Amino acid sequence: MDGRFAHLDALESQSVYILREAYRKFRRLAMLWSVGKDSSVLLWLMRKAFFGHLPIPCVHVDTSFKIPEMIAFRDQLVREWGIDLVIGQNREALKTGRTFPQGALTRVECCGLLKRDALQAVIEERGYQAVIVGIRRDEEGTRAKERYFSPRDKNFEWNFRDQPPELWDQFKTDFDPGTHIRIHPLLHWTETNVWEYIERENIPVVDLYFARNGFRYRSLGCAPCTKPVQSTASSVPAIIAELRETKLSERSTRAQDQESEDAFERLRASGYM
Amino acid sequence: MKVREETASATDLPEQALSDDSDREFVEPLFGEKAFRVVIVGHVDHGKSTLVGRLLYETGSLPDGKYEEIQTICRRRNMPFEWAFLMDALQAERDQNITIDVSQIWFHSALRNYVIIDAPGHKEFLKNMVTGAATADAALLLIAANEGVQEQSRRHAYLLSLLGVGRVLVVVNKMDLVSYSSDVFAQIEAEYRAFLKQLRIEPIRFIPISARDGVNLIAAKTKHLGWYDGPALIDALDQLEAPKSASDGPLRFAVQDIYRFDERRIIAGRVESGSLRVGEQILFAPANKESTVASIESWQTPPIAVAPSGQAIGITLKEQIFVERGQVAATADAMPIETNRFRARLFWMGDRPLTLGRRYKVKLLTQEVECQVASIDRVIDASSLETTSSIRRSVGRNEVAEITVQTRGPIVLDNYDRLAVSGRFVLVDENDVAGGGIVFGGQYLDRAPYRSSNISWAEGQVSLRERIERNGHRGLVVWFTGLSGAGKSTLAYALERELFDRQMHACVMDGDNLRHGLNANLSFSPEDRVENIRRAAEVAKLMAMTGLVVVTSFISPYRADRLKARQIVSSGGVEFVEVHVSAPIEVCESRDPKALYQKARAGLIQGFTGIDAPYEAPEDPELILKTGQESIATSLDQLLGFVIPLLRLDEAEYEI
Repeated sequence: MDGRFAHLDALESQSVYILREAYRKFRRLAMLWSVGKDSSVLLWLMRKAFFGHLPIPCVHVDTSFKIPEMIAFRDQLVREWGIDLVIGQNREALKTGRTFPQGALTRVECCGLLKRDALQAVIEERGYQAVIVGIRRDEEGTRAKERYFSPRDKNFEWNFRDQPPELWDQFKTDFDPGTHIRIHPLLHWTETNVWEYIERENIPVVDLYFARNGFRYRSLGCAPCTKPVQSTASSVPAIIAELRETKLSERSTRAQDQESEDAFERLRASGYM
Repeated sequence: MKVREETASATDLPEQALSDDSDREFVEPLFGEKAFRVVIVGHVDHGKSTLVGRLLYETGSLPDGKYEEIQTICRRRNMPFEWAFLMDALQAERDQNITIDVSQIWFHSALRNYVIIDAPGHKEFLKNMVTGAATADAALLLIAANEGVQEQSRRHAYLLSLLGVGRVLVVVNKMDLVSYSSDVFAQIEAEYRAFLKQLRIEPIRFIPISARDGVNLIAAKTKHLGWYDGPALIDALDQLEAPKSASDGPLRFAVQDIYRFDERRIIAGRVESGSLRVGEQILFAPANKESTVASIESWQTPPIAVAPSGQAIGITLKEQIFVERGQVAATADAMPIETNRFRARLFWMGDRPLTLGRRYKVKLLTQEVECQVASIDRVIDASSLETTSSIRRSVGRNEVAEITVQTRGPIVLDNYDRLAVSGRFVLVDENDVAGGGIVFGGQYLDRAPYRSSNISWAEGQVSLRERIERNGHRGLVVWFTGLSGAGKSTLAYALERELFDRQMHACVMDGDNLRHGLNANLSFSPEDRVENIRRAAEVAKLMAMTGLVVVTSFISPYRADRLKARQIVSSGGVEFVEVHVSAPIEVCESRDPKALYQKARAGLIQGFTGIDAPYEAPEDPELILKTGQESIATSLDQLLGFVIPLLRLDEAEYEI
């Protein structure tokens, strides 16, 4: 294997170990699939962990505002990889038009309804005890403080003031009934690591990440709240080279994070991914 | 890449923000390299988060706009610029100006990539500090020059030594508040060095800095520290050696799960130490069933013949044996310890104190075993290093103690100083990880090569659980040891009577009785004594596995034999308790119920224990009965008080 990427073996092994712990400990387990690059890596790692198989369902929270290419890419992978797709959607909010910007809601309120609430509904409906989520510590300050196995109470709230200790890969796997767990196998990866791994393993990602007409998406979300960045990077190696030089943070193109100082923290504490 | 030479906001910076370092060149970091993990610890308010913030800024690792964002936040709060806000991302942290939870952030020097782990210094958040430090390759211990060595400076150092983070740099911060005095620095160095020496921590060096003013972080020579001739912080970091790979150690492959997604039966697990090879003979402990590695399985990766330490893999076996999660595969020449009792150094983080006799779960590698704390041997004040002298029945939050753990089934482990990965564990109290510990003082045994590879273990249709439910109690082996005449048989038969009268199924295995039949071909030579005990332990195990309480009465003079008996019995999933029936030799000789001492003195018996053969008293038995001083009735009371709780059914276990 390419010696240049030797450090990726350690990242991969750690994630595989976590995925296997999750699969062993929770019978009602699902993966949250945002269709972004991190989710693609997560799916790939899952197939590594389970020797080509995807033994758990993938939940896509569809806000209906996703960029169309994302949905096309999603449906293609579902067919090619045999993914057990579960779609979560807040139809009530969509029907009554309580969305940003038409429904006079803030972006954060819209995220709360279309993503957080839709996720909670599908978790409750399907009875999932635990959900695997592809967040990383380098994305943003509150995620930097996360655990690999992170409990949420029965209202899905994250008690970040009193998180369980996590040492020597002994995760918190015993819970009071009603507790719900978020499992974060990519927590220790960086954005650059993700792209290096995509390059090494040749993992498919949606085309929106590659520059067209001088712009590319660095982080994918809903169309009204996600802006592309100026870029000429039209291949994976070009993206990796670009990341070495950039001084822009990854989520700077995600408008909901910028609404107020603690917008994202409040969203996450109340159950957002 | 240059460090923020384009910084437009330099006028907004605190004084000396760009210090003497603004023209430092940064070369491209090595991207394809594993990040070096450094934890920053120390007393509350000694400037850990400030140092991290400043370090990121000085190395040009901040994203665009981050500095300005913090500036806006501080202005809104009507306070001076606060570097700590970079790491203290939670509102509660900013409002109280303390770090609550550990944070991790990436940066790079000219040489390599780093993950900086910012750990809270407040005593209340010690579990978060431990969470951060447990994964670190090295540590920066931060001490504020104006306050000197404080309680958490010492406690954190102790925890680092316990967590095995041996590479330590001591950073003396806030030198600006003591006018960059070399005397203050020297005094702190002398005091702290002496303390660290007791923990066997040899700090690599002491470095004076001012994090707030950015002095001595990046460039060593500054006008403030003319007397200091060591490297700047970043250079000292770059000089730290990367951790050694664990691939050289003995093989420990921890089984995580067994998969049957397709026609293959794959044993999934991680190589925790050593390396695993196709074609290698491995034994799965406990029980030590043997097989050969047929293949290392993978997906979308070329097949490999050797898996190094750290790799999460899957294997298939040539000989099909029963393997389950928790088992540890090793090679015959370097087996781990298998026991149901071990000593450990532990730090407690639980809300409830650690209490003698309470039920916990120990998690070690992928094993999860019920346990109790059999004794609290020493409680250590992690700050003063003083041992609490009074006898303690509990260990409080943030205390460190030496304890003896008794497990309900066998557990496989190593002494921490021999192999860290399999020598550390956590204790779970109800649902919470509440303690972390390291194993010490365990004894390694050579395996008896007494195995035929052509036999397998036959499993019946009646489970142990069904037997326990019908009997109304668990199986157990109570192993008496002591001199001839100490009262072993008397107590064994008395215990049998008491249990029988309580509707329990108990039986005594008496040394003499066994030698009439099963062991009739054995003499009293040391070799035959070993075999005598081995056979007795094997029989006791089989009987206890059917739900009987087996009470053995053998002199069993050798420690190693009793340890082996413990392992044999534990390997059947049966609890083993060693009871030392202790009476002075003079007392035993005066009793001499079978006139054996008389014969031995007369030279009619050779190799009689206590006369011309040694008796090795247990160092750490579950129970000692002093039959030289106390009546049989008193000893029996003590015995019943200990044994009966062990036989009780635990309701929780039968829920499922």
